[in-house]
Amino acid sequence: MAVLEVKNISIEFGGLKAVSNFNLKLESGELVGLIGPNGAGKTTIFNMLTGVYKPTTGDIFLSNRENLTKRVNGFKPYQITQNGAARTFQNIRLFKDLSVLDNVLISLNFNVKYNSLQAILRTTAFYKEEEKLVEKAMAILKIFNIDTKANELAKNLPYGEQRKLEIARALATGPNLLLLDEPAAGMNPQETEDLMKLIRFIRDEFKLTILLIEHDMKLVMGICERIIVLDYGQMIAEGPPEEISKNPKVIKVYLGEEVEFDA
Amino acid sequence: MINLKNRAFNILTLTLVSTVIFVILLILQYFKVISEYTGLLLTLAGIYVIVSLSLNLITGFTGQLSLGHAGFMCVGAYTTAIAIIKYGMPIPIALILGGIMTALFGLAIGIPTLRLRGDYLAITTLGFGEIIRVIIVNLDSLTGGAAGLKGIPTFSNTGDFIIDAIIRFSWVYIIMILVIAVIHNLINSSQGRAIISIREDDIASTSMGVNVAYYKVYAFTLSAFIAGVGGGLYAIFFGYLNPAMFGWLNSVNFVVIVVLGGMGSITGTIIAAVVFTYLQEWLRVFADFRLVIFGLALIILMIFWPKGLMGNKELSITGFIRQLRSGEFSPRQIKTKWNEFRQKKGRKKDGRAD
Repeated sequence: MAVLEVKNISIEFGGLKAVSNFNLKLESGELVGLIGPNGAGKTTIFNMLTGVYKPTTGDIFLSNRENLTKRVNGFKPYQITQNGAARTFQNIRLFKDLSVLDNVLISLNFNVKYNSLQAILRTTAFYKEEEKLVEKAMAILKIFNIDTKANELAKNLPYGEQRKLEIARALATGPNLLLLDEPAAGMNPQETEDLMKLIRFIRDEFKLTILLIEHDMKLVMGICERIIVLDYGQMIAEGPPEEISKNPKVIKVYLGEEVEFDA
Repeated sequence: MINLKNRAFNILTLTLVSTVIFVILLILQYFKVISEYTGLLLTLAGIYVIVSLSLNLITGFTGQLSLGHAGFMCVGAYTTAIAIIKYGMPIPIALILGGIMTALFGLAIGIPTLRLRGDYLAITTLGFGEIIRVIIVNLDSLTGGAAGLKGIPTFSNTGDFIIDAIIRFSWVYIIMILVIAVIHNLINSSQGRAIISIREDDIASTSMGVNVAYYKVYAFTLSAFIAGVGGGLYAIFFGYLNPAMFGWLNSVNFVVIVVLGGMGSITGTIIAAVVFTYLQEWLRVFADFRLVIFGLALIILMIFWPKGLMGNKELSITGFIRQLRSGEFSPRQIKTKWNEFRQKKGRKKDGRAD
């Protein structure tokens, strides 16, 4: 079953075609990497998938956990999230001055079972639901081993844990598809190693489909089952990691062409 | 964690505390321990608390700077006054009507200004406030125009000055407590967290499934409603309305109160609003210089206390009682806390020396 199906999307900014005729199909449970040199259009694709940009042409179909497929181009980011695709950000965007717990609780907002009048009147339904929300949030934090820091401010967490919290927060929205934008940015090799294990673990634990953008080749080659290479807004290669690392086109993009000199 | 016992404890303690404060203030006024003038100021402070809290909902919690709150107050004040004078409505209905009318205005400017933030929103709301004022000046037949609206009946007319003062104070105090409860309960709920997340980072917020536009308009409308009720009380309190009472400087005053108290702190706003009302009166001795002193005080406060009195923290009575019970304030605990504090301070100094 395809979780995400992207058909021929293109986007233009003014006269500049940032992404042209991009196609992508993610099957349930896949872990796919999206790579390419700087400016290739990776984040633009992410932004189209998450509703920040609206593609000029083409269609995006997204299935949620109940296998309900919707055409989502033109949806607002919050609608996309509510339809089962959550994301993290390249430069961490936590709610810095809120507690770790609140960060996760905010993701549970759109499924909350009481309305604001019940909240203002503090009805029993409010207390019951609130208790459930906290339980749910703590369970997610526990998976990431940051439940002991639930009451600390997000900005006081060490960098690695902030990254973890961002993933935890995205997971709390109950996604079917998780989009990770450079999850290993700024991490040391040890932290990257741990992150790889974590990504695999959450994929299996939550039965997720994951699409990630990454520059760290070790991470991409290590965990992705399929890699898509972009250059100048177009897909130039697609396949399993071993194939990609030997693909002459990809090598050309990353390392440049061989030039023969006459002595 | 939350359970029913805690719920009862919270409700009981807070009702008790607000009632005790209420009764004490009533007794003080009744036996003339505090002068009539101070009683009046207290009542006025209550109205300021209401309007400042409504502004804090937008500016402190949702993170949208509004410079139009005097305008909202103005709509509420005139609606309430006209409802009472021309249609003879009872006070509660007139107040609610004032709130609803203002909420409609809030909705009407909230929706088109959704995309704006920061300075742009501030300027738009500032313009809105001025438009309201100008409209009221020119709607002579309904509002009395620049000459003002006279003869708004007060809360009660028993003939006894003190009883009247007490009834007036009670109206404002009870509505103030209701407003505090509404805002506190809303902010400490899932909807409230969604509102706060907009202030923290609206892009992350929408990516986590929060309907940012909806909550912005929601906060704006609720804030306008409360400001409108505050305006209605203001109208009945003074018994006379004049468009000049709602100039943009008044909007700025409310922003000052919210910033002084700490953006996103309910208790901070309450303290700041009361202090502000009193300071304004005490400084009258200095005539026009009071504005200079006031400005200076603000500058100094912002340099040394940039987050306002309370930052985004709250003074929690229930929290305090819980801490007392759990022995948090036993001499031993205080000693260890003090030592921790000193160590922290020491570390900071070391950091600077590097």
